[in-house]
Amino acid sequence: MTVLTQIFVYLAAAVVSGPAAKRLGLGSVLGYLVAGVVIGPHVLKLVGAIEDVRRASEFGVVILLFLIGLELRPALLWNLRRAIFGLGLAQMLAVGAALAAGAVVLGLTGREAIATGLILALSSTAIVLQLLDEKGLRRGPVGLAVFGVLLFQDLAVIPLLAFLPLLAVGGAAAVHDAEAAAHGINLIGDWPAWAQGLAVLGAVLALVVGGRYLTQPVFRYIARAGLREAFTAFALLLVVGAALLMQLVGMSPALGAFLAGVVLAESEFRRELETDIEPFRGLLLGLFFITVGAGLNVPLVLSRPVDLALVVLGVMALKGLVMFGLGLLFRGPWRDAGTAAVALAQGGEFAFVLLSFAVTAHVLGADLAALLTAAVALSMAATPVALTAWEQLARTPARAGAEPVNAFEEETPDALVIGFGRFGQIVGRVLTANGFTTSVLENSVEQIELLRRFGRRVYYGDGARLDLLRAAGAERAKVIVVAVGDKDKATEIVEIARETFPHLKVLARAFDRRHAYELLDKGAHIVERETFEGGLAMAAETLRGLGWRAYRAERAARLFRLHDERMFEQLRPLWGDEERFAIASRESSPRMDDLLRSDLERAVTHTEGESEEEAKGPDPGAFGC
Amino acid sequence: MPGQDDTARTLLVLAHPALERARMNPALADAAQALPGVTLRDLYELYPDFTVDVRTEQKLLLEHDLIVLQFPLFWYSAPSLLKEWIDAVWLKGFAYGPRGVALRGKTLLCVISTSASAADFTPEGDYRFSLTEFLRPFEQTARYCGLKWAEPFVVFGEDAAGDDGLRRNAEAYRDRLSELAAQIARTLPTDG
Repeated sequence: MTVLTQIFVYLAAAVVSGPAAKRLGLGSVLGYLVAGVVIGPHVLKLVGAIEDVRRASEFGVVILLFLIGLELRPALLWNLRRAIFGLGLAQMLAVGAALAAGAVVLGLTGREAIATGLILALSSTAIVLQLLDEKGLRRGPVGLAVFGVLLFQDLAVIPLLAFLPLLAVGGAAAVHDAEAAAHGINLIGDWPAWAQGLAVLGAVLALVVGGRYLTQPVFRYIARAGLREAFTAFALLLVVGAALLMQLVGMSPALGAFLAGVVLAESEFRRELETDIEPFRGLLLGLFFITVGAGLNVPLVLSRPVDLALVVLGVMALKGLVMFGLGLLFRGPWRDAGTAAVALAQGGEFAFVLLSFAVTAHVLGADLAALLTAAVALSMAATPVALTAWEQLARTPARAGAEPVNAFEEETPDALVIGFGRFGQIVGRVLTANGFTTSVLENSVEQIELLRRFGRRVYYGDGARLDLLRAAGAERAKVIVVAVGDKDKATEIVEIARETFPHLKVLARAFDRRHAYELLDKGAHIVERETFEGGLAMAAETLRGLGWRAYRAERAARLFRLHDERMFEQLRPLWGDEERFAIASRESSPRMDDLLRSDLERAVTHTEGESEEEAKGPDPGAFGC
Repeated sequence: MPGQDDTARTLLVLAHPALERARMNPALADAAQALPGVTLRDLYELYPDFTVDVRTEQKLLLEHDLIVLQFPLFWYSAPSLLKEWIDAVWLKGFAYGPRGVALRGKTLLCVISTSASAADFTPEGDYRFSLTEFLRPFEQTARYCGLKWAEPFVVFGEDAAGDDGLRRNAEAYRDRLSELAAQIARTLPTDG
């Protein structure tokens, strides 16, 4: 089978199954899994080397962890420590022990039971996070707790790889075999423990320092060149690099990517990174689920259906119940604890790796491992169904109104400010000073640099890109301020914003009157000519410079504004027609004089009336003198 | 705060939307400014857009003993910016309410100019009520915030006629201000 056929089959499976499953309310994950079974070696036999494809697609998990890292600034990560090291450790130990006990009851030896328990205690980061994301739960309290557990499990995989061979019956030889299998490209496997520890520390340090100080100049360099594909390439390079570095020192690649994400969470290029990498995550994870489906040992399932069903149900029930108990113990409401428990009840992708590793290490027999592998895959497939069922069961009307606690830095800005130059800055500062949150996009690297020195956080990106607008929070914001200096760009952004986010109130900076009409035509709610207020303020100051008192000058300027606003509305229908527009504007100037004169008269009667007015008697509205 | 040179410090709050066209108010303001210890706040010049700087105005009020509100009578009351100044500056916690003791013990003097004659402010006149009645809101505001209410200084239309009228009123105003200031200074604690 050629590479092209393979790609075609996988993509077609993804296109057909994902949306269909989602439409049925089952979540895309289940769709991909089923599609995998269908195209797999036991049904349609459309795919070849599943293992290779799966190994490649596991990179989707790495990217996923990177993206999650991007959302978590170090300070927020610190807030999660209880979920990671408290709940995470508790889950691993309690669930592992429960599963091991269950395995002993089923007749496994103590060593086999411990290995099985620990391996099956792991859950699937890819499936759980994807599901929670689709259900909009990932950023709430459930999502946080679950994420903490998953992150801990991810950390635990490496120690597990070291621990499993110790359970082997064969002794030292087995341990050696297993280490050779486990470490793959680990360069420092033969080093003494302290040196390994130092190497890991060094790698983490390199990641943090490199991420913080070396990436910025490169990003800026690429941004100046304006090459989008170079940006994407560099983003992927970062993820791969971080993963590779961690792998070299024997840590999990996903952990490396996660750390890289956390380091870059502070970067102004974060949004661009997120947006560029997102599609790869989606595609690779989809591919990963398909390969899991394709790897399902269908004959085994068909030959021992009852055994398998019991194992799957038993594992999920045990994992779910213990996790539910832990959730309550950690003071979660029962509904959230239940959601977390059901979400984490399946076996994880690392179980596949660890199970085959356990066979190499002579800890588990090949038959048992095959059975467990099938059980893990089936439990993955059962998760979307179980979660939907649980949601139906636990649904109460009151829940709809409850806002989830927002510990992830999800942007829910009040206002989007696009363009943060001389104009947008003023808008942004006034909004911020009055307690509103803003999300800012700016596409000049120099400008971002400058603002950074003043301690303002601004993200790099082109405001006319729909995906970036979305990442900046356009779906949740109330207003968008289009403050870019480029006329055509402003018009384009107004158009996009009106089309895609009809709930947004659109305020736009206009270059001149003509542009203002154009923006209104495209649906902008409010337009402001960029030089109008400045010119008016200067006019008032000039009047003062010529000897007028401040209040008189101020009123003159305000009256002009009033007149101009009226004219702006009146002339709007004519704006395409140069000739008529010019005539109409000329005709409007006597009306302007009239307006100014009547205001002047007001001031006069109020103050100067004495001599003439005395004859007519007193004037209560103009007593002054 | 005790005054310097044995005289009270005077805050002259002037509210006139078109001082450039007026005769009496500039003359009065000039006369007042010739006295020592007088700070002028020309509201329509300072806040043409009506955005009063509350902190600054409160600080000035604290630093002075005699508060003078000088304005032409518009529709039986003060021009709108003076009302805005009071609304914005005389806040709860500053001028009244718990801990609102900043103005307590100070003196408030209203200085009114009007083109109408004294006869208009009689029961038989066009305006039916006396100026004392029209100024009740200011009087009550002062008393509520613990200020002493001084007898208002009023210039009627017939008093303002001609350069002579201007000069006479300006002198009378100056005398009234320095007399009040001296009187207040005697009651102030001296610190050497």
